[in-house]
Amino acid sequence: MIDELLLTVLLTSVPLILAATGELVAEKSGVLNLGVEGMMLMGAVAAFGAALVSGSPYLGIISGGLAGIATAAVFALFTLGLATNQVATGLALTIFGTGLSGLIGAPLVGQAIEGLPEFHIAVLAQIPVLGAAFKLDIMAYGCILMVSLTAWFLASTRAGLILRSVGVNHDSAHALGYPVLVIRSLAVLFGGFMAGLGGAYLPLVLTPHWAEGMTAGRGWIALALVVFASWRPWRLVAGAILFGGVTIMQLAGQAKGWTIPPQFLSMLPYLATIFVLVFISSRGRNYFGAPAHLGRVFHPTR
Amino acid sequence: MLTMSLMKDIKLGGSIRLMPKPSSPAKEHLLVARHVTKSFGTFVANDDVNFTLGAGELHALLGENGAGKSTFVKMIYGLLQPDSGGFEWQGRPVHISNPQQARAMGIGMVFQHFSLFDSLTVAENIELALPETMNREQLRTLIRTRSDDYGIPLDPDSMVADLSVGQQQRVEIVRCLLQDPSLLIMDEPTSVLTPQETDQLFDVLRRLASSGCAVLFISHKLDEIKKLTSRATILRGGRNVAEVETAEKTTHQMAELMVGETVDAVKSGTGPVNGEVLFSVTALSREAHGPFDVPLEAISFAARSGEILGIAGIAGNGQDELMSALSGEWRGQQKGVIWVGQTDVSQLGPQHRRHHKICFIPEERNGHAAVPQMRLSENALLTGFQDDGMVKAGMVKQQAILSRAELISVTFDVRRPLADPHAAALSGGNLQKFVVGREIIKQPRVLIVAQPTWGVDVGAATFIRQTMIELAAAGSAVVVISQDLEEIFAISNRIAVLSAGRLSEPQPAAQMTSQAVGLLMGGVHLSDDIDSLRAEGG
Amino acid sequence: MIFLQPRTSVPLYVTLLVPVISVLATLIAGGLIFAVLGYAPLPALYEFFIAPLSRPDQFGNLLVKACPLIIIGTGLVFCYRANIWNIGAEGQLIAGAVGAGGLALSFPDTTSVFLLPGMAVCAILSGALWAAIPALCKVWFRTNEILVSLMLTYVAALLIDWIVRGPWRDPMSFGFPLTPYYPDAGLISALHLPFIGRLGQLHWGVPVALLIAVAGYFFLSRMLGGFQVKLMGDAPRAGTFAGFSPNRVTIGVLLASGGLAGLAGMIEVSANIGQLQPNISFGYGFTAIIVAFLARLNPLAVIVAGLVVALAELGGDTAQISMAIPKVVTGIFKGILLFFLLAGETLTRFQPVWVDQTGKFSKKGQKTI
Repeated sequence: MIDELLLTVLLTSVPLILAATGELVAEKSGVLNLGVEGMMLMGAVAAFGAALVSGSPYLGIISGGLAGIATAAVFALFTLGLATNQVATGLALTIFGTGLSGLIGAPLVGQAIEGLPEFHIAVLAQIPVLGAAFKLDIMAYGCILMVSLTAWFLASTRAGLILRSVGVNHDSAHALGYPVLVIRSLAVLFGGFMAGLGGAYLPLVLTPHWAEGMTAGRGWIALALVVFASWRPWRLVAGAILFGGVTIMQLAGQAKGWTIPPQFLSMLPYLATIFVLVFISSRGRNYFGAPAHLGRVFHPTR
Repeated sequence: MLTMSLMKDIKLGGSIRLMPKPSSPAKEHLLVARHVTKSFGTFVANDDVNFTLGAGELHALLGENGAGKSTFVKMIYGLLQPDSGGFEWQGRPVHISNPQQARAMGIGMVFQHFSLFDSLTVAENIELALPETMNREQLRTLIRTRSDDYGIPLDPDSMVADLSVGQQQRVEIVRCLLQDPSLLIMDEPTSVLTPQETDQLFDVLRRLASSGCAVLFISHKLDEIKKLTSRATILRGGRNVAEVETAEKTTHQMAELMVGETVDAVKSGTGPVNGEVLFSVTALSREAHGPFDVPLEAISFAARSGEILGIAGIAGNGQDELMSALSGEWRGQQKGVIWVGQTDVSQLGPQHRRHHKICFIPEERNGHAAVPQMRLSENALLTGFQDDGMVKAGMVKQQAILSRAELISVTFDVRRPLADPHAAALSGGNLQKFVVGREIIKQPRVLIVAQPTWGVDVGAATFIRQTMIELAAAGSAVVVISQDLEEIFAISNRIAVLSAGRLSEPQPAAQMTSQAVGLLMGGVHLSDDIDSLRAEGG
Repeated sequence: MIFLQPRTSVPLYVTLLVPVISVLATLIAGGLIFAVLGYAPLPALYEFFIAPLSRPDQFGNLLVKACPLIIIGTGLVFCYRANIWNIGAEGQLIAGAVGAGGLALSFPDTTSVFLLPGMAVCAILSGALWAAIPALCKVWFRTNEILVSLMLTYVAALLIDWIVRGPWRDPMSFGFPLTPYYPDAGLISALHLPFIGRLGQLHWGVPVALLIAVAGYFFLSRMLGGFQVKLMGDAPRAGTFAGFSPNRVTIGVLLASGGLAGLAGMIEVSANIGQLQPNISFGYGFTAIIVAFLARLNPLAVIVAGLVVALAELGGDTAQISMAIPKVVTGIFKGILLFFLLAGETLTRFQPVWVDQTGKFSKKGQKTI
């Protein structure tokens, strides 16, 4: 029972971690992309469609990631190329992605695909309770790999440092000769790729069907998660498991007849994010890794 | 090619090279500027400037605001290109087309307002400015040893936001030093430093020079220049007016060269007046809030009915801070600091101060004194909304603000493309006439104005000065904060000088010489010195 | 390289052309997407944008759809004019609906004519209260209002979900998450409009919405308060110099837009639903953002923009019925429209200029030369 629960927690947290990792990188470069939900939906419908047509869930993974990149490219074109307001453009992207995925997916409703198989890692999967963590699918393992790579990239590589510097102060980075808009575009595209993968996880693993708006607000939770984790990759994983745990607690609570209404538990991620935001802003934003130029439009000076 | 050898240098780095570089033989000219001219539109910023700098030399570039110092060094650093004339670097003519090239040649520059990344560490800030050559561990060790060698220890792991401004400047300096420059340009480096930090900086610069790196030190502070440098090039009005051995000249002589004699010629005949005190400030102090704020220290002065009090000083010596304290946009905690007549207005915001018939004109027209995106009538409303008939029950009376804007425009000769255009559609001079007229038309008892004629054409400037003289003649007190010495001398009855956040005792204009003002602007604060000067110059 | 250089003045025709061109470009882009996905583009566009207006009663429905968009959009115009980014109108709408619903459900048997005005007041207060959270966070801690207002939207959605399933659930609802019906005195739909009677779903909320937009225009263009709002957005330093408090403007615009969103929530429920349920809004709070942009932040234009966007919403319904195109497809139009509007915004404020690589570094307005 407990390892079943743990498994469910892990599975529900994977799409959150994937999408949030991508958004984290984009935000570290100074771009606030509120279109995560839209990119996830595009990833989900593309993954489902590809898996359905080809019969291979692995092609679904690739196609989900590519769809995410394509959607993010629209965002990059407008916010970076045309210097539009990031908040409004992000909202437009979510609205657009929801609509387009619905239209593409309309003929797919009611069909089912073969999901990704589980990979049991030899001995480890036999461990009681914790063994659940080793009975996952390839995307879940890949997700942890991506988090490790992202953490390493940001903290230990020069390219990661340059990316962070652009988010801290785009004028100084520009003065040093770094191509601010190119770096931000790449970060946004990576964000789209990861959001697409996060979306793909839903039909490929969680429910093998396509349904309109099937991400059900996970994109927004991913956004909240980035702030909650104060822009640190590993805290993202902890946060996602915590948020996932909250969801499971509701189910468990209902079964045991707890008096706390499940809606209040569901509010926790959002409330926690607000508290973290207030805490960060009251304590000076230089700490906690908040990119100081987040959401600011960059105009190259001459 | 140069980059390659530099990169090798950095790889080898780790110990300090105290010997002059073999590539730059001592006493050869490191940098020569020949007939360098640069203009922006019709304004000539640098006019036929000649200049030489030896290897390992500590050289000062001295001048007032607008003398052309920044333009000149920006050309050396490749941020600007000369219109005519050119540079020779280590004996060879060069065209420096961008800062990257300048850095590769061995020129480093520390700007007045540094470009650091607040929430990154010292090591990360430095790494970003260097070519990719070494791993982080090596870099951290190098930062430690290099900064220790120069007596400015830096912890590579501390976050820049946690450092004092002086320490942040060290990061900038070390960032340059790690590229083994032959020339380090420092733009007004002491303006943000405490006296102790200044001393430490001078030690570093001397040590640098002794190791063969030339330092070009831009400043207007005469004491510092005498203390640190051996030679000084003095720019005035874009021209190189003198090159002096600093040991051979007194600060007085240098002040005169910096400011010029011409200013005395336009001195007006206005003498001191003895009207009642309409506006007074007693011991106004203000701490610095941001890294580039200038703290104000116990500023006191009084302005009398019928006089124009001129506050001279070079930009960045506390003018903005003083103006916002006088207008009430910034308010301190103390009471009894700012008085209009017998009323203490220290705790009042701008709109409440205006009730006491005091008006303000901030320096920046666009976005502060006026709103470019709004119409003239709305700009008239900006400071006129409390006046009779402008706003009733929250409703803006269109007719009233239109006729107010019309009245200002007609009275003060504001040329407009339409009856009520957006402020952005006006030329700088016309908008300034409007902004000045907007306040003067209210017939204030006290008018406080910063840089009233900055960036306006001669005709408008004369007109604006005339209106201020007339306002004072009608019995008001006018305080003019200006960097334009000519203007200060032309219209003031008394003159005080703001330097590093402190204000000198106002003196009757007739008794002030350009030399005295130059000394005060250069940070010499001895009152007896002034007396001796007055005797000397008078 | 291409640089964007700020324009000093924007000609009026540009201001008018941008929304028109955006709408046309959206239609073309939408048609292309339909074509690519195998739907006949012209019939689809017809179903979306012309068919909904083929019957007179549909015109009433169009106004009804536009009603909450116009009310919320007007409030958002205040915020965006002041450079305050409230994107949580959806949550404020829900808060308002709950506040008004609380009053209506407390007096199930009343026939008082004061119930509706009372509900409106409750709705405005609840919506403003919900918006006060980001406002105070911003004023006290300088917390970014974008994320706080957004997060609160989800909190509000969960709150109403709990309310209608828990404390306020109608015991007679057979387990459905619904509150009891409001008393007739609390229903806007029970009030008939003079002369017109019932044209589709037309109700009193529509004239109220139009009135609000006109009043908003009047406030922004004619009143000192509106002047302060514009000043804060255009030149905050000039606002401080004039003596206005930026904090007061921040709180003011957020409370106003929250209150208006709350009112929209009350009208929506009282006129169209009659009871609280988990989903009382179809994303009006988000769609109103598009309306505010389409109107180029002018409250009078919000009326037109609200109608245009409402048409797409209504078209979603007809297209779903007649062509089996999912209703969410409306989002494609809304999203693309917003993209084009934002791009148009950039091109009106900035002029693209071509500068060669060696470009000069001259910077205007530099004092130290």
